[in-house]
Amino acid sequence: MTQPVSSAQHNGPDKGVLTGPAAAPPSKKEGGGGPRVFGLRADVRNLSLLGVLAVLIAVGGITEPEAFLDTGNLQLILTQASVIGVVTVGMTFVITSGGIDLSVGAMVALASVWATTLATQEYGFAGILFTAVIVGLAAGLVNGVLVAYGGMVPFIATLAMLASARGLALQITDGKTQIVTVRSVLDLGLPDSYILGIPPLVLVFAAVTVAGWLILNRTTFGRRTVAVGGNAEAARLAGIDVRRQRLYLYLLSGLCCGIAAFMLIILSGSGQNTNGNLYELDAIAAAIIGGTLLSGGRGTIVGSVLGVLVFTTITNIFALNNLQSDVQQIAKGAIIVAAVLVQRRTLRNGET
Amino acid sequence: MPETSRRGLLFGTAAVSAGALLTACTSNEPKSTGNATARSDQPAADDKPGKPVTIGFAGPQADHGWLNAINVNAKSRAEKYSEVTLEITEGSNDTAVQIGQVKTLINKKVDVLVILPADGKALTQVGLEAMKAGIPVINLDRIFASPQAYRCWVGGDNYGMGLNAGHYIGEQLKGKSNAKVVELAGIDSLELTKQRSQGFADALKNYSNVELVARQAADFTVESGQAKMAQLLQAQKKIDALWNHDDDQGVGALRAIQQAGRDEFIMVGGAGAKSAMDAIKADNSVLKATVLYPPTMAASAIDLARALGQSKGIGGLSEMEIPTSLTLYSAVVTKENIDQYLPTGFS
Repeated sequence: MTQPVSSAQHNGPDKGVLTGPAAAPPSKKEGGGGPRVFGLRADVRNLSLLGVLAVLIAVGGITEPEAFLDTGNLQLILTQASVIGVVTVGMTFVITSGGIDLSVGAMVALASVWATTLATQEYGFAGILFTAVIVGLAAGLVNGVLVAYGGMVPFIATLAMLASARGLALQITDGKTQIVTVRSVLDLGLPDSYILGIPPLVLVFAAVTVAGWLILNRTTFGRRTVAVGGNAEAARLAGIDVRRQRLYLYLLSGLCCGIAAFMLIILSGSGQNTNGNLYELDAIAAAIIGGTLLSGGRGTIVGSVLGVLVFTTITNIFALNNLQSDVQQIAKGAIIVAAVLVQRRTLRNGET
Repeated sequence: MPETSRRGLLFGTAAVSAGALLTACTSNEPKSTGNATARSDQPAADDKPGKPVTIGFAGPQADHGWLNAINVNAKSRAEKYSEVTLEITEGSNDTAVQIGQVKTLINKKVDVLVILPADGKALTQVGLEAMKAGIPVINLDRIFASPQAYRCWVGGDNYGMGLNAGHYIGEQLKGKSNAKVVELAGIDSLELTKQRSQGFADALKNYSNVELVARQAADFTVESGQAKMAQLLQAQKKIDALWNHDDDQGVGALRAIQQAGRDEFIMVGGAGAKSAMDAIKADNSVLKATVLYPPTMAASAIDLARALGQSKGIGGLSEMEIPTSLTLYSAVVTKENIDQYLPTGFS
């Protein structure tokens, strides 16, 4: 057992916003610099992931130098990362609090089909955006109430949401593809809308990432999230309304799914009940690879975003090299295992 | 007393249903004997109402435009016949669930089963079970592993789809040297995808100037179609033709093509969705043709099931029995013949 961390060992900014003992759960107060993820210091852990990304970029650059390093391709990688990236930011919060949200893909599907029904399209851009966000929030609210106040295990509550949201999405569409006709929405996905060469979707992704990082690392809300995930009982004793905090977290995940649904509508120009297929697995995998603990108490937005970028870059390299889907799946699985092994080693060195 | 009357009512209902069940069972009995005369008089089924037939229909979840069209076709055709009752189960892509549903239909003692399995191989066993229980099975589209598991197979021509798409593209690119073709395939784990790709490759062998330079599989969804097509376009800076296996994912593919600002090639779709046909008719995009995989096969399956239940052959074919297999033709729909096929487009 090492001695409790002295306040001098904390980062300046962290200390400045500490509000009470709940911010640092007692059970996590041991070992080196402490496992809390405030500030950039903890994000240094993601250097290993940055290394993975660098290797991938080198592989892409060597195997397909012309196609991979092309501006259009870099724009494509970032665009393809943006929708799942926004979902992953929300997922990171939920996992950091010790929860899980299996319904993200289904919420994206539901929000996207609800927002692309003919009735909604009459209201144009605002109608589609508003509906997508509201539906995401509403589904997140149901998850949050079930988990926080209904006492349901997050795994079960969100699994139920997965099933019913997919069912509802299917009912709304009747299995049909709902093609978007609103010009202003469609135009956002076209190259003419790029700002300084950056697609609007990527800008949204960047904004959500920055907001997520600030909330998790620089606000009371973020510290409470970490505290609840580290030790819910200690957090409760320290005066945190754990239930309300959990409710907010699932709402946040739902909100991210609503935003992602709108982005997907822009990207694909349609709403389909199969949208967001397996997003839950991709988002959880990206967060875990990024260094967020599945058991809660530690979360890193930068890591999650790097995780998403690693996945998207892999897919891109595979496609550029014309690999078939079976090979792609095997390689993706192997990379997940490798990344988690690297991550575990890094964590072990840092903690025990 | 209200209690008694309610119980009496319940009992009465039970008795009536039991009676109905009994008559249903007995009415099945003379199928082979009683209809023998009718058979020789009039072997072919026609629009005139015949003996009542209950058809059990089990299909996968209609999470896709084509599968939805399958359900619509089956239902509307069954409604056409006053004597046909359609027992339709909730669609499921879960093999275990679908097996359970087929077993329920067997227990209900439907006269004929129409099964469109989510996975043909996995549902073979339950098809055999139905056949053993004396319920003939019409296997729709995704084929069972054993011919013993069905009385009749009706479906599309996946190999022919690829073949016709390949021939169309080959003809369009005639005279072009070093023509580059890419393929946006469907779900690679499905047998039908392999057949479509095989047919396509075989057709292209007839054209020495044409080369298949890239192939990626999508998931039959708009989202995957957009994502995979965007990648393909990034990988191939200049192509001459694209064959996309499925019009639903084609919506996404067209979006990706629009986003990449590409128009130097021709695109051929697959299945025959309304949106694709509209685009072909409008002739304002790279999409110039689509190869049919008609969902009307579900209506044909209902016709065959009805004929089977009534122990008849089918109209036009002067056979005593329905055939063992029926393969639909994969026509190439272009601007020239679009008006003929537009009514079959599904959304």
